[in-house]
Amino acid sequence: MTSPPRSVGSVKPQPYAFSDPLPLASGASLRDYSLMVETYGTLNADKSNAVLVCHALNASHHVAGTYADAPRNVGWWDNMVGPGKPVDTDRFFVVGVNNLGSCFGSTGPMSLDPASGKPYGARFPVVTVEDWVDAQARLADRLGIERFAAVMGGSLGGMQALSWATRYPERVGHCVAIATTPRLSAQNIAFNDVARTAIQSDPDFHGGDYYAWGVVPKRGLRVARMIGHITYLSGDDMAEKFGRALRGKAEHDAYAFGYGVEFEVESYLRYQGDKFSEYFDANTYLLITRALDYFDPARNHGGDLARALAPAQCKFLLASFSTDWRFPPERSREIVEALIRNRRDVVYAEIDAPHGHDAFLLDDVRYHRAVAAYFDNIGREVGA
Amino acid sequence: MSGAATSAPAGSTGRLRTDLDLIAQWIRPGSQVLDLGCGDGELLAHLRDSRGCRGYGVEIADHHVHACVRQRVNVVQANLDAGLRMFADGMFDTVVLSQTLQAMHRVEAVLREMVRVGREGIVSFPNFGHWKHAVSLLAGRMPVTRQIPYQWYDTPNIHLCTPKDFEILAARLGLQITDRALLAEGRPVTVLPALRATLAVYRFETR
Repeated sequence: MTSPPRSVGSVKPQPYAFSDPLPLASGASLRDYSLMVETYGTLNADKSNAVLVCHALNASHHVAGTYADAPRNVGWWDNMVGPGKPVDTDRFFVVGVNNLGSCFGSTGPMSLDPASGKPYGARFPVVTVEDWVDAQARLADRLGIERFAAVMGGSLGGMQALSWATRYPERVGHCVAIATTPRLSAQNIAFNDVARTAIQSDPDFHGGDYYAWGVVPKRGLRVARMIGHITYLSGDDMAEKFGRALRGKAEHDAYAFGYGVEFEVESYLRYQGDKFSEYFDANTYLLITRALDYFDPARNHGGDLARALAPAQCKFLLASFSTDWRFPPERSREIVEALIRNRRDVVYAEIDAPHGHDAFLLDDVRYHRAVAAYFDNIGREVGA
Repeated sequence: MSGAATSAPAGSTGRLRTDLDLIAQWIRPGSQVLDLGCGDGELLAHLRDSRGCRGYGVEIADHHVHACVRQRVNVVQANLDAGLRMFADGMFDTVVLSQTLQAMHRVEAVLREMVRVGREGIVSFPNFGHWKHAVSLLAGRMPVTRQIPYQWYDTPNIHLCTPKDFEILAARLGLQITDRALLAEGRPVTVLPALRATLAVYRFETR
């Protein structure tokens, strides 16, 4: 049944337009929005083999494969999704969707506000994880998917998977939530605030309406990304990758006694920041970090996560990584504990891996084997 | 360690490790079970399939966690010595610790935790009082046997004991022993069990 792992190959994103207003957690609503979607594999006759993959901060609907006109633009979870891969597209129909407010083709701050004919900019409503999930449910309706075999995601994507499990319990067979958390810590929110402050204090930000000025707050975005990136790596990983190496010099060469880029780590972070600021929208960065801050399903249940997760009917796979200090294993354990209190079926893998939060995107045999075995079971359950 | 099918007690499937087979028979159908150090999940899978039990395993080793997933057994990857805080009081009918007690750092703590989260506990452990061990010690060497197949310098077994040792500790912790089996080659030993049994299995609850 399983072939050696391959790429899903060349894929094409497709927009889905919705005209029914979407009520949002804030009380606002969004009408006439569209979602950018990619799918891989084939939906089986009884539509039981669909898997929804939810993305994190800076990713998109482009989960796997490449584009004909951009063969180097590989999907963000290409090592996880594809023929013969842990989420095997020879068996499952996998759906990737760009969330509302993001900047890769779905309606967001860059889109034209039908009320004014101008880009939404700062007027784009703040959306939450739950709002995203509601929008994804409408997409599922459109695709004719009554129930997902699994909803999965890492980090912020894991929050969406958890939210699916409680918001649409009858529509989820399995929730696969990796390197995630039931809520951000004060430290997590603090890092987000520094990133947002960097963007908002860039003179090119113009209160979020920079599109009209023909500029982009690149300097702010760059700093935001540099900060974010630090939190994705472990201290050991950085030490291993860069140490105190000097750029273009031997370790013992004299310092330049200046403030330019001198250490390798500086060069790397700036490169990452520059690259990011070329393609990511600043308003989207504000919006998604805020959605992260707000996620706290236990909040409406007196802080009791078990009560918050009580509506869930599905089975769960959770995984965390030992050196992830952004969403450390303790946070995943809290979720596992809450699920066990509700006597839900759960598998929890705590992977001893050196790569910090980013580990959920990287190749790790133990991690991928666990996910593959879990999806193999799902496949048997749904006859895929 | 591998109990031959012929020596398995009546009513068993004959496929389980001997002590697990005995443990399985002590567990009431439909029970909620927690299996500490559950290995590849064979006990939980067996209890699910033949006795309609449900529950969770706790396991530290990656390859065992993977095997549990393949068996469709609930498993939490964690170090038992870090405690069972994840589990609420009285959540389980039975808490099993099979052939793991001797490798625990905090033996007393885990026994107390077992009867906190469960109504009863079941433990199995190799009998250090087996006569072959005594012979080996008399010959001046630490024993290396089928039950304890490690050299002294690389053994995970840091808390070996005899049945009597265990009973004394159980009494001190206020545990009431409700069942006991001393086994060799999968069969109960009635003559000189303290010397001839290779494996001890106990069931207990709080007094």
